[in-house]
Amino acid sequence: MRPLTEIRIAGFGGQGVILAAAIVGKAAALFQGGYATMTQNFGPEARGGSCSAQVILSSEPILYPYVTQPDVLVVMSQEAYTRFTPELKHGGILILEQDLVRVDRFPDGARVFGVPATRLAEELGRKVVLNVVMVGFFGAVTKLLDAEALRRAVADSVPPALQKLNLEAFDQGYAYGAQAVGRLAEHGEVDSLDALEFL
Amino acid sequence: MHADPKGVLTGVHFLDGDHACCEGTLAAGARFSAGYPITPSTEVVERFAARIPTVGGVFVQMEDELAASIAIQGAVWGGAKAFTVTSGPGFSLMMEHIGYAVMTETPCVFVNVQRGGPSTGLPTLPAQADMMQARWGSHGDYGIIALCPNSPQECFDLTITAFNLAEEFRVPVLMMLDECVGHMTEKVIIPEPGQIEITPRHLTQRPPEAFHVFEPGENLVPEMVQAGDGYRFHITGLTHDERGYPSMNVEVQDRLVRRLQDKLKPLANGRALCETEHLDDADVVVVSYGITSRVAQRALQLARQKGIRAGKFRIIQAWPFPEERIRELAGRVKAFVVPELNLGQMVHEVERAAAGQAKVIPVSHAGGGVHNPEAILKAIVEAAK
Repeated sequence: MRPLTEIRIAGFGGQGVILAAAIVGKAAALFQGGYATMTQNFGPEARGGSCSAQVILSSEPILYPYVTQPDVLVVMSQEAYTRFTPELKHGGILILEQDLVRVDRFPDGARVFGVPATRLAEELGRKVVLNVVMVGFFGAVTKLLDAEALRRAVADSVPPALQKLNLEAFDQGYAYGAQAVGRLAEHGEVDSLDALEFL
Repeated sequence: MHADPKGVLTGVHFLDGDHACCEGTLAAGARFSAGYPITPSTEVVERFAARIPTVGGVFVQMEDELAASIAIQGAVWGGAKAFTVTSGPGFSLMMEHIGYAVMTETPCVFVNVQRGGPSTGLPTLPAQADMMQARWGSHGDYGIIALCPNSPQECFDLTITAFNLAEEFRVPVLMMLDECVGHMTEKVIIPEPGQIEITPRHLTQRPPEAFHVFEPGENLVPEMVQAGDGYRFHITGLTHDERGYPSMNVEVQDRLVRRLQDKLKPLANGRALCETEHLDDADVVVVSYGITSRVAQRALQLARQKGIRAGKFRIIQAWPFPEERIRELAGRVKAFVVPELNLGQMVHEVERAAAGQAKVIPVSHAGGGVHNPEAILKAIVEAAK
């Protein structure tokens, strides 16, 4: 695991933003021997407002708990995109819910990946698993964590009755991400792993 | 005595501080909670309400904080270990009954997940501005115990410590979280029940005719009884004698109120809970607690990289204040730097204990976020000059 990676996942309340971040943190802290600290931003409203969660992954104990400049930004709403893209670290990775976010201008030096997470989730029969599709996609394009650690974290974070569905969602997202990275390689571009080396 | 396995969720978890605190209450043996949930403390009792039916116990959602903070005391005298949870304005409302628990020596735990104030302030954002209220918020002279965890793991561990100290000293113990620690999610290891030490209630062995409910032992703490065991006892918030009956006598008042303070003295001195680092060669000591202690640790690393001899004094037990430790350090360091998420509270205690022997530099922050480590570093650099 890298010494320190800052990740922000943002969208609107009800999309499972917090759970997505919790799965990533859990994979690192419980199933891959690293450290993870997750915090979340929310206002007084119960649902529907903007929502963002932050996870720091590290090979060392984490002191400062908040993300200052994310290495990886996952956005699942237009508002989240507008608000958080300016703070993405130069050379960082931007992951979009491509049906919900229209990109006006690609941020300089960022590597951008899109996934129709909501549509993929609907094809599986349940729109609510879009967050887990997103986690799978995140895993494949960032390669920050082992797929198996993430899979275990998914299984560990959902009720037993929904485990199968969520693992399918994870696999869908992961496969979609692996394809995206594969296409990049075909075009002779560096894949995400190399991209992260110069973060 | 070891923890009752029914309440212990042994394993490795990814929990926020509030949830970890709840698991701490269950592991410590709490089987009753009454609450009037308020952000950012709600998750503690939300989890308790979900867990307690299978563990065996009671959660009551009360009509307000006054009711919650007194219902737990009824439960304690009925034999249970009990706690309540609050934040911000709710903590203000509980002051009356914190005093009642002090006066009636009712062992119980109050969890305050501090948010920005005054008044309703910043419901979802952190502060550490209730530290003096924790110490002095109820009227009259008294002593209190307050603990400040800085991680979800400590929210679990120190909640157990809080219940144990409550039983040992028969005093309400305040768990002073902050929103950041309460809502931060990290790995939490919950050990096997056999590895968790629990202080049982010190119930009297004397026969009813020879027992006085407020007669102190050598440690200044009276033995306890519980309703239904055949003892007749009278509990009142009025000044009372050793039998528990009201008294208007000046000497009774003096004896009682002094004892309520004096029984906590061992904690102010040798037993003060704290965490220290690099104090042997330190010129500057950073005194901090709660979430600020983690930010301060980062500043300390940066200071050491600059070659500044900076040491760490993390307050885990804010009250009683570890004044002997600070006084001893004050004789041999140049300065204390005291960052906190308020405009200056515990820094006054550091000043008092240092008694002019070393400079004391506050790094204040009105709350709503945490310090930038650079701000603390700047103060360390200034202090070292």
